[in-house]
Amino acid sequence: METQKFFHSVTLDRDKCKGCINCIKRCPTEAIRVRNGKAKIIKERCIDCGECIRVCPHHAKKAIYDPLEVLTHFKYKIALPAPALYGQFNNLEDVDIVLNALIEMGFDEVYEVAKAAELVSDATRKILRENKLPKPIISSACPAVTRLIRVRFPTLIDNILPLNAPVELAARLAKEEAVKKTGLPPEEIGAIFISPCPAKVTAAKMSLGTEKSEISAVLAISEVYPQLVKLMKNGPELKSYAQAGKIGVSWATSTGEASALLTDNYLAADGIENVIRVLEDLEDEKFGNLDFIELNACNGGCVGGVLTVENPYIARTKLKRLRKYLPVSLNHINRIPEEMKWDCDLEYSPILKLDEDFKTAMVKMNEMEEIEASLPGLDCGSCGAPSCKALAEDVVRGFASIDDCIFRFRENVASLVDNIQKLQGAFPAAYRKKKEEEENP
Amino acid sequence: MNNTVKLHYIVDGEDFTRAGEASADVKKNLRKLGVPPDVIRKVAIALYEGEINMVIHANGGVIDVEVSPECISMALKDQGKGIEDVEKAMQEGYSTAPDEVRSLGFGAGMGLPNMKKYTDSMKIESTVGVGTNVYMTVSIS
Ligand SMILES: Nc1ncnc2c1ncn2[C@@H]1O[C@H](COP(=O)(O)OP(=O)(O)OP(=O)(O)O)[C@@H](O)[C@H]1O
Ligand code: SF4
Ligand SMILES: [Mg+2]
Repeated sequence: METQKFFHSVTLDRDKCKGCINCIKRCPTEAIRVRNGKAKIIKERCIDCGECIRVCPHHAKKAIYDPLEVLTHFKYKIALPAPALYGQFNNLEDVDIVLNALIEMGFDEVYEVAKAAELVSDATRKILRENKLPKPIISSACPAVTRLIRVRFPTLIDNILPLNAPVELAARLAKEEAVKKTGLPPEEIGAIFISPCPAKVTAAKMSLGTEKSEISAVLAISEVYPQLVKLMKNGPELKSYAQAGKIGVSWATSTGEASALLTDNYLAADGIENVIRVLEDLEDEKFGNLDFIELNACNGGCVGGVLTVENPYIARTKLKRLRKYLPVSLNHINRIPEEMKWDCDLEYSPILKLDEDFKTAMVKMNEMEEIEASLPGLDCGSCGAPSCKALAEDVVRGFASIDDCIFRFRENVASLVDNIQKLQGAFPAAYRKKKEEEENP
Repeated sequence: MNNTVKLHYIVDGEDFTRAGEASADVKKNLRKLGVPPDVIRKVAIALYEGEINMVIHANGGVIDVEVSPECISMALKDQGKGIEDVEKAMQEGYSTAPDEVRSLGFGAGMGLPNMKKYTDSMKIESTVGVGTNVYMTVSIS
């Protein structure tokens, strides 16, 4: 069942997992079950939002990303820092302090994701003006949201902005430039992303909207951070690498991408539960006349990613200060370059169906209803499913047994005991017959 | 007996914040059945409008949804004040919604016309002072 088709950055550390029910209760797509005392992530359902990493008290959920040694795999190394990185440091006055530290760390070059973000903003403004796509246009920057739409909101797929996320564009442009500059073959050039979250790690390994990602490796902000803190210093010898303005840096926080579109007619929501609510309402056309919807799986936007170190709200304030002296935007395009456009369609993957066959699905749904009615409705999680309803669904799908419900099991045992008692007082059938004959000769 | 799936909801007329729960649950179930997305969308939009009308104009009621392999039938029944002139109510822009409801963003008079637009058949039976029944179907093809 679990083939190479799915890569997920979010994974389980079996040794640390105690089999408690914290994660199964909080997973927004009900993708986790406890089986044999350990959590199990259903790969088809996981969107890598990182909620389980946030809530696991035993730190048994973790994100997989590349180790720092990955730098040694490439002849020419380009750092692609996420704008959220800039919000992690105290009293940062100048983005160049961080970018110089990245060079000190061993990178040959930096290409800010914030720079590519400004290009994507410019392209989005053009798309809105052309007015050819169905409105509202939904941002495609958060891969957790894009994956969620793909499995759960198929009617909204056509509303997704068909442009690569800033980091993908940054990797492509940076690599192209580096090939020209160094003459090296593309495989020897590493475009290495410094990521705020597991969703972006997954997107680099298993891309959406494009056949192949050009991102060579992904590091976590939380691992790069301590290295940078050691190397950061201000001074006249600081080289100037920074190439992004307010707009690019603002992409790190919720509303950043939307406000760059220079229209008030947008909606921005952050936090995965809020995102789901907005998507449900959007699907039912509960709000009309919007041009753009920005959705971020994390509270506060990418500064709230699970691979960051700073509290997202503090990071937001720090970014506000840093942004104050930056020019509005430094990067523009005349026309939308091919590197920016999606090269394959996003397809609906209907994982929620109970069965491929409609009639069988109906039978299963009725069974599910009956099973659910026979369960106590406590949603206690002891069965390993997040709710009684979810257990009923697992049973009809063949993943669980109704006896996984401890209350149902107890009832069964009680009736068994009852039967044993009855049996004790009963005569065997053969003897019973003889007795009857004796009584009625 | 298992040839159809039946869903039943009681719509609370007092609680505005809960309006829409029935249509949200129907949507979830239709996804599980593998009903085509465009059909789900039509059902969800039409049912939501009907549900909201029950809350705003009729103090609640009951909704029954029946899914068969061919179509989805919806019956919304209430014991509210009823509709005096159904033909008029069906016109775009006609609304008797009070001001406090309008301030919540309802009352554009688009609900019934949208229900008609998104369904394959729609029938309203209404008696003033007795209540309103709305029947809608969306075919699955
Ligand atoms: N269940 C009902 N009971 C009583 N009256 C109703 C009912 N449903 C609709 N109506 C009447 O029909 C009118 C038109 O309904 P419709 O749904 O088209 O518009 P609305 O509810 O007023 O506004 P909108 O749906 O755009 O928010 C209502 O204003 C109301 O007078
Ligand atoms: S909001 Fe940003 S940090 Fe969070 S999952 Fe989406 S892309 Fe990653
Ligand atoms: Mg209405």
